[in-house]
Amino acid sequence: MNEIPAKAPQGHIEVTNFSLSYDSIEGPVQAVTDTQIHVKPGEFVSIVGPSGCGKSTLLNAVAGFLKPTTGIVTVDGERVSGPSAERGMVFQQYSLFPWKTVRENVEFGLKMRGMPRSQRERAARTLLGLAGLEAFEKHYPEKLSGGMKQRVGIVRALATGPKVLLLDEPFGALDAQTRVIMQQILTNMWQRLKISVLFVTHDIDEAIFLSDRVYCMTARPGSIKAEVPIPLERPRQQSMMMSSEFLALRRGLMSLIREESLKAMGGEISDLGMRGLDIELHGQSLAEVL
Amino acid sequence: MSSSAILRQPEDSMPATAIAAAGPEPIARPPSFGTLALRWYRLNRSGLRAIAIGVTSLLAFLLVWHLLTTYRVVFFVRFTNVPSPLAVYASFTKAIHDPKFLLHIVLSCRRILIGFSLAAIIGVPLGLIMGRFKLIHEIIFPVAEVLRPIPAIAWVPMAIMLWPTNEQSIVFITFLGSFFPILVNTLHGMTLVDPVLVRAAQCLGARERSIFREVYFPASLPHIFTGLTVGMGVAWVSLIAAEMISGQYGIGYFTWEAYSLVQYADIALGMIAIGVLGLGSSLLIRGAGQLVMPWRAK
Ligand SMILES: Nc1ncnc2c1ncn2[C@@H]1O[C@H](COP(=O)(O)OP(=O)(O)OP(=O)(O)O)[C@@H](O)[C@H]1O
Ligand SMILES: [Mg+2]
Repeated sequence: MNEIPAKAPQGHIEVTNFSLSYDSIEGPVQAVTDTQIHVKPGEFVSIVGPSGCGKSTLLNAVAGFLKPTTGIVTVDGERVSGPSAERGMVFQQYSLFPWKTVRENVEFGLKMRGMPRSQRERAARTLLGLAGLEAFEKHYPEKLSGGMKQRVGIVRALATGPKVLLLDEPFGALDAQTRVIMQQILTNMWQRLKISVLFVTHDIDEAIFLSDRVYCMTARPGSIKAEVPIPLERPRQQSMMMSSEFLALRRGLMSLIREESLKAMGGEISDLGMRGLDIELHGQSLAEVL
Repeated sequence: MSSSAILRQPEDSMPATAIAAAGPEPIARPPSFGTLALRWYRLNRSGLRAIAIGVTSLLAFLLVWHLLTTYRVVFFVRFTNVPSPLAVYASFTKAIHDPKFLLHIVLSCRRILIGFSLAAIIGVPLGLIMGRFKLIHEIIFPVAEVLRPIPAIAWVPMAIMLWPTNEQSIVFITFLGSFFPILVNTLHGMTLVDPVLVRAAQCLGARERSIFREVYFPASLPHIFTGLTVGMGVAWVSLIAAEMISGQYGIGYFTWEAYSLVQYADIALGMIAIGVLGLGSSLLIRGAGQLVMPWRAK
């Protein structure tokens, strides 16, 4: 294989005047309104926000699975009109093909592109080696642990050399230790490949640890409440999570999210009769209780 | 090509993956035959137990049958004319040297093979296409739903009118019996395909055809095989009924003929032959399923 010169940075995501509403029997459900986000080539950007605020909706629109109700999504100036191998995606649910071995899963995108078998086998082996999975190439996904499944999912999404990697709470189902290792692996791959990443998560620590920038969304209908740059130096170490800089960022994001979570849950809490428990529904006091 | 960008600089260090890469320890020495046998026994203990119990219960069944017939028990049901196991065995040894008996069996198997294969060849693709294209589903489904509850046996008079030869109408009945279970199960499998897998394939660059071949089809395979197994069972039911009514050959005809000729041992022989053939064909399908779906092997 001949040496390929480093490609010009690619993967500029631009989401402008974006809103999306779902149709339902009770009328349209506004999931996301008036949202602008962007990801610069090679940047790692996270989206955090309370449950149900429209993070997945936004990500699925960037992936091309959903059409914006208003506004446009572009990648490198080209309008997104449907899913494509240029935008790799990792889902929260394990989404490996159960009928394919680990290697065949990784090969899938290359096969779709028409790469000959021997060539794609070699490429898949190399990639699996990078993720420490070569010993499992012949296994079926069912036999893998959750962490391994997601690692294969990431490798599979990267195999076709996408400009952009989209991840929707990919580590949500993993235990804390596995999560940390997965974060390291993702960072390593990202730095090596120099692609843009848009990462959705619930976990504030995760967002700070991984990202160059974090968008914080409001409760539904979701829009961008704040944009927080993460100036921590790279490569990032686990020990940084104790630094005062990290903790300050964490506190800031935490309070932003908490406000929104309360808004999102406010209705439910009063429905449950918590007013009778002498908990104030406004302001800080409930925030502290939670 | 952009994919090769990933393959650049493999000499870079990747500390985290190095930790994660630790595989299973290699085994130092091959274990002795004794340990292997012991391990094999441990792994297969429950299987061996099932075989032992199964054989015992079959022997018990034979014994009860023997006792009921030798003492000609009459207790609500009458065992007076029922042949004993030994009588059936005697007629079996005679039958296997009788080319006519073998012809009955061969013809039945051929009818199953043709009828069932046609049902699978039409039913599976039709189910897949109906599951994928709404319009085709909307057109075909109502007709299928009306025809489906009609038992294949009820088609016998119609089949005799439709087809020029008896042979064809029997194959047609067999086909009908297995067609609907195969169609319905395939369709059911299609509705259960996980949409996230379809999305995953789409954002790996798969187009409609590839998604069909690489996602919908393999995802439906377990249900397709359920349909094939059920369809094979119904195929035998329909075949035997059709042969009894309108056949001149076939194991169903053999059994019915034995009754008319007062060959009681042959009735039981015919029944047992039907049972063994049915069991054999469903084992064949199960084996094929394991071959086609290695990822489901336990
Ligand atoms: N197909 C749909 N039809 C109607 N409403 C929907 C549909 N999908 C999502 N919604 C609603 O849109 C809102 C946003 O959903 P979305 O899945 O994007 O949220 P999210 O931020 O990803 O939530 P979570 O953190 O729980 O994954 C939710 O309130 C949800 O109820
Ligand atoms: Mg979500």
